[in-house]
Amino acid sequence: MPYLGDEHTVRELRRALSNPNVQADHLRYRNTIHRVIRVMSQGQDVSGLYSEMVKACATVDIVQKKLVYVFLCSYASLNPELSLLVINTLRKDCSDHNPMVRSLALRNMCNLRLPGLSQYVQQPLTVGLKDKAACVRRVAVLGWAKIHSLQPNTEMDVAVVNELYGLLRDPDPVVMVNCLRALEEILQEEGGVAINKPIAHHLLNRLKLCDVWGQSEVLAVLQRYRPRGEDELFDILSLLDPALLSHHAPVMAATLRLFLSLCSTLPAVCMSALERARGPLLAAAGSTSRELRYAALCHIQLLLRSEPGLLGEHYKRFFCGYAEPPYIKQNKMQVLVELVNDDNVAMVLDELRGYCTDVNTETSQTAINAIGSIGRSYTDRCLAILTGLLGLKQEHITSAVLQTLRDLVWVCPQCGDAVCSALEGWEDNLQDSQGRGALLWLLGVYGDRVTGAPYLLEDCIDGVRSEVSAEVKTELLTATLRLFLSRPAETQDMMGRLLVYCIEEEVDMCVRDQALLYYRLLHCGIEEVRQVLQGGRRSDPSLGPLIGRPPEPISQWASIFNTLEPLTLGASTVGNSDPVTPKLSTLTPNTLTSNAEAMTPTPGDPHLPDCSSGALSLSVSPALTPEEFERLWLQLEKGACLEVCVACPVPRCSPEGLQVALQLVNIQTLAFTPPNTHPWRVYLYTHTSHISTKTPHTLILAELLHTGGEGEKEEEEEGEEEGEREEEGEKEGEGEKEGEKEEEEEGEGEKEGEEEGDKEGEEEGDGEREKEKGLLVVMRQHPGDQTALRGFLSVLTTVLHTLSTHTACTYTA
Amino acid sequence: MISQVFILSSKGDHLIYKDFRGEAGKDAVNKFYEMVTALTGGQPPVVMKHKELHFVHIRQGGLYWVATTKADASPFTIIEFLNRLTALVKDYCGCLSEKSVQMNFALIYELLDEVVDFGYIQTTSTDILKNFIQTEAVSSKPFSLFDLSNVGLFGADTQQNKVAPSAAATRPIVSSQGEQGGKNEIFVDVIERMSVVIGANGVLMKADIEGEIRVKCYMPSCSEMRIGLNEEFSIGKSQLSVSLPPPSLLSGYGAAVRVDECSFHQAVRLDEFDTYRILKVCPSQGEQTVMQYQLCDDLPTAPPFRLFPSIERDSGGRLLMYLKLRCDLPPKSAAINVSITIPVPKGSLRLSQELSSPDQSAELQPKNKAVHWEIPRFPGGAQLSALFKLEVSGLSAASLQEVGPVSLNFELPKYTSTGLQIRFLRLSPIQPGPSQRWVRYVTHSDSYTIRI
Repeated sequence: MPYLGDEHTVRELRRALSNPNVQADHLRYRNTIHRVIRVMSQGQDVSGLYSEMVKACATVDIVQKKLVYVFLCSYASLNPELSLLVINTLRKDCSDHNPMVRSLALRNMCNLRLPGLSQYVQQPLTVGLKDKAACVRRVAVLGWAKIHSLQPNTEMDVAVVNELYGLLRDPDPVVMVNCLRALEEILQEEGGVAINKPIAHHLLNRLKLCDVWGQSEVLAVLQRYRPRGEDELFDILSLLDPALLSHHAPVMAATLRLFLSLCSTLPAVCMSALERARGPLLAAAGSTSRELRYAALCHIQLLLRSEPGLLGEHYKRFFCGYAEPPYIKQNKMQVLVELVNDDNVAMVLDELRGYCTDVNTETSQTAINAIGSIGRSYTDRCLAILTGLLGLKQEHITSAVLQTLRDLVWVCPQCGDAVCSALEGWEDNLQDSQGRGALLWLLGVYGDRVTGAPYLLEDCIDGVRSEVSAEVKTELLTATLRLFLSRPAETQDMMGRLLVYCIEEEVDMCVRDQALLYYRLLHCGIEEVRQVLQGGRRSDPSLGPLIGRPPEPISQWASIFNTLEPLTLGASTVGNSDPVTPKLSTLTPNTLTSNAEAMTPTPGDPHLPDCSSGALSLSVSPALTPEEFERLWLQLEKGACLEVCVACPVPRCSPEGLQVALQLVNIQTLAFTPPNTHPWRVYLYTHTSHISTKTPHTLILAELLHTGGEGEKEEEEEGEEEGEREEEGEKEGEGEKEGEKEEEEEGEGEKEGEEEGDKEGEEEGDGEREKEKGLLVVMRQHPGDQTALRGFLSVLTTVLHTLSTHTACTYTA
Repeated sequence: MISQVFILSSKGDHLIYKDFRGEAGKDAVNKFYEMVTALTGGQPPVVMKHKELHFVHIRQGGLYWVATTKADASPFTIIEFLNRLTALVKDYCGCLSEKSVQMNFALIYELLDEVVDFGYIQTTSTDILKNFIQTEAVSSKPFSLFDLSNVGLFGADTQQNKVAPSAAATRPIVSSQGEQGGKNEIFVDVIERMSVVIGANGVLMKADIEGEIRVKCYMPSCSEMRIGLNEEFSIGKSQLSVSLPPPSLLSGYGAAVRVDECSFHQAVRLDEFDTYRILKVCPSQGEQTVMQYQLCDDLPTAPPFRLFPSIERDSGGRLLMYLKLRCDLPPKSAAINVSITIPVPKGSLRLSQELSSPDQSAELQPKNKAVHWEIPRFPGGAQLSALFKLEVSGLSAASLQEVGPVSLNFELPKYTSTGLQIRFLRLSPIQPGPSQRWVRYVTHSDSYTIRI
């Protein structure tokens, strides 16, 4: 940041530096250099003083030397020629009798980062490797790594590599660890340092001599070692066991990671390792450093994905301190939701109830969401708390409670009564559009049981002109229509007004189209409307967003344990009502085959492109709510879209089995019809990214469709599609659960689409015939990327094939 | 491996910048500040990502300490490293503040140079570092007992006898020769953090204690120190599964002290621990934690504070809160700097108060929707009361639900909740010249919540 005095300061400093009087007095000289560095670290450009500083380098005063080196290393790249002058001084220092001076010179020689100088550096480095002082050897070893990183393409001298391997046996533990680090970098292309049995055992035996940083580094490298047999494996494990209990979080985490990777085939050992490490992890989660606390919490969430019962009795450790920052509080609540069981539910809910009135609105909303998630298993207690919160009459709380209630009612239809009594006599005026949407949805669904519903709706309809949110308007349309079905006399008039307004004056196309659709639907007769809007039943638990994910295998997250991944993922999950969002993991063809041996692409299928060209990684985060899914599905209709028919029967496993199987390859199932229904549908989504290339991440939405019915055959396929789309349009505003409701209303859609389907079906003729046995996959993608789409398709089909051959036995939960 | 390390002030000024690997440009600093200031409160700001670069930062002493990395490093390692770096800077510069970092930038560059090479952590032990660090620390001020900005952990007790002045432990470990700094001092602190939740019915719902023994050593050479703990110190959950049975030799006097879990610093030798409860350690200069322990849900004594609230609406539409607070500490002990936060309904306008003694104070903070009640000193066994009358706009029956939970913040000097004591502290061989050994105890409230 240049400011007025910039030029002036540099000039003044130069004058001082070249003043012979200053140079003669080493204290004054040092102070002047001190000032230069100060100005430099404040962000000013003092590179103009380079030549003066080069002169200042030749001194016996170590403090001054160090200061000058800081300066030189910062600006060397701007003055490569002048830096040649420094090399002489540095080389002279490299043979100084003081080891400190030697190491200092050697380190800074490499830190100049000038590729042109490497020829001058190699000789002192070679000498340095054999230096009798450990501190010089440490520097020299890393120096070779620095040289290599400057010229990554040049072949490293074999003699040097051998020398470095030899130095792994150096008496100084830091030299040993540095050798590992240097070899890792130099041999990166060959896959890093070779860990054979003697080296591995040598490292393990010397582990105790290293400090905590060295230990975690060595443990990380050892992950590549594969013991020869069980005996060796267990020897190693028992050697490492004490480190699991280390109160240094880095060592503990590195050890646990090593355990998980060594015992990937021994789940029982992994489990006991997790149990052993529980204590230190909990200690880290209660550490004074809140950053460490956060890291530990994020990792505990990983653990809970596989072992929900692991920390059940320690739930109190996850009660929030009142002074903790919101991100830790929210994280702890997500953990608490996972730990709830019969014994502690009362305490946990009591605690969560306290957070609902938190000053931070996000925290209070997370707490309300958490109570809602617990409500899926402990409905009555949670409903009592949630309805009690409505009494506080605070805008943000009320809004969050309504949204939570809506989600809860969907999953547990039995709590309808409690919700109705809470809505009875409602008089609040909500500002928040999401809260209002939830209220309208509830009023529409339970209108027949809430006496005041028509009046509440009337208020909204009267104020519809001033309504800004399109979502609320579509919600209002649906709610009014639903209420009309149950209480026609009271609603007819205002429904008319609403439809007129929406059709004639509304500018938002979605709202207008929906109003038009309802208008036409009403023309068809009341029974038709009833069938479309209510579909006979309100919700089907097996159709809901799938709750209570089955425990994942440890291998699912072992690869991201002790990396930055869980911490960055935390950012995207905070505030999400879903307590644990599935985390990212990488899918390469290798892991795919190890998951299920039969998962190889079927060569015979003409639709299946080869996906082995670039490894594709799928991930299910960030999670998509059904609402978002629906919106994107509609948006992308015109975008990248691919419809493929896969020759594969409907998997005969249970819906949960299918879900788990797809989750293994990181495809999230959002909704599906119960098994053995026709047509059978599943909605899926996933995010893709290429590991090798730099293509952007894309989001893929997909629908699996199997019509299968006897007499309907091919006509239906197309008809279905049409009906499907129309339906999406008409129900857009119905609320967040719409995505799943589709299926119920299927019957209606089919009828509508059938006529059109008939014509098209005939035209297409034979091509359709093969579909009768297969599945239709409709994929939509954003942004478009054909290779990713094909990769996804091939993963999907392999899973489906595996499922249909292995049937339910492998995957049912 | 670490790409860069930099320290920023809370206003975004660059204090220290060091690039270890030359992988990322200097603009990363500004990018980081942009990102961190753009965060809203709800987002976890510990790890952030910009393009290929991960920023890991911690906040200490009002500064941002940031490490960047391109590889996928262990978060525990980087966070612990940054914590260790702050501890080192504190050891060398005396205290952590923008000013001390600014004044000692040369020293910090020197430290960083020795601690990290090419992005790899080399050593963070003060024992090794002291051989390499040449620059002397510049202290921002002369030490003064009454320097309020320096009041640290043990700050409030400076006037009392036999207690080390607070500033004594906040000076650089390596001080200029000859002057007052050459004192041979060693501080052993037993610090406990208490987190307690008391239910509305007065039942203790949660009580956790996390404690540590911290040694701060100013002696240039200290060969071995023996720390004797309570003889009846035991580790383990229940009596049946005591992993270390209390030594029979010693049992019989002294109260039993039990902790659930206990871990020791690598350098602590435990050969006499099983029989005599003695820790042997060779402290290096600077601060280090020699032992950490935890105790859950089973306090040996009653929780230090109990609250007896009564909250009602009066006829004039005001909210009346009558709070009686009792301190259950032994009469010799006292709590200091007690501050009580009582959440109040939204729309609270004015507060009128009647407090039981003049040194207390209370104020309404409408922004946080809370009343703050401060008690500078609260002796054990005493009982204080306060009557708060709040004018609340739109007071309803439901508003009463918004009151509470009450949270307390306090310090209990010379007191450990577990009862852990240090019997003796011996240095061997006996130090030449005068040396001073200080043992200090303190319990902090990590989070002390009382439901209403």
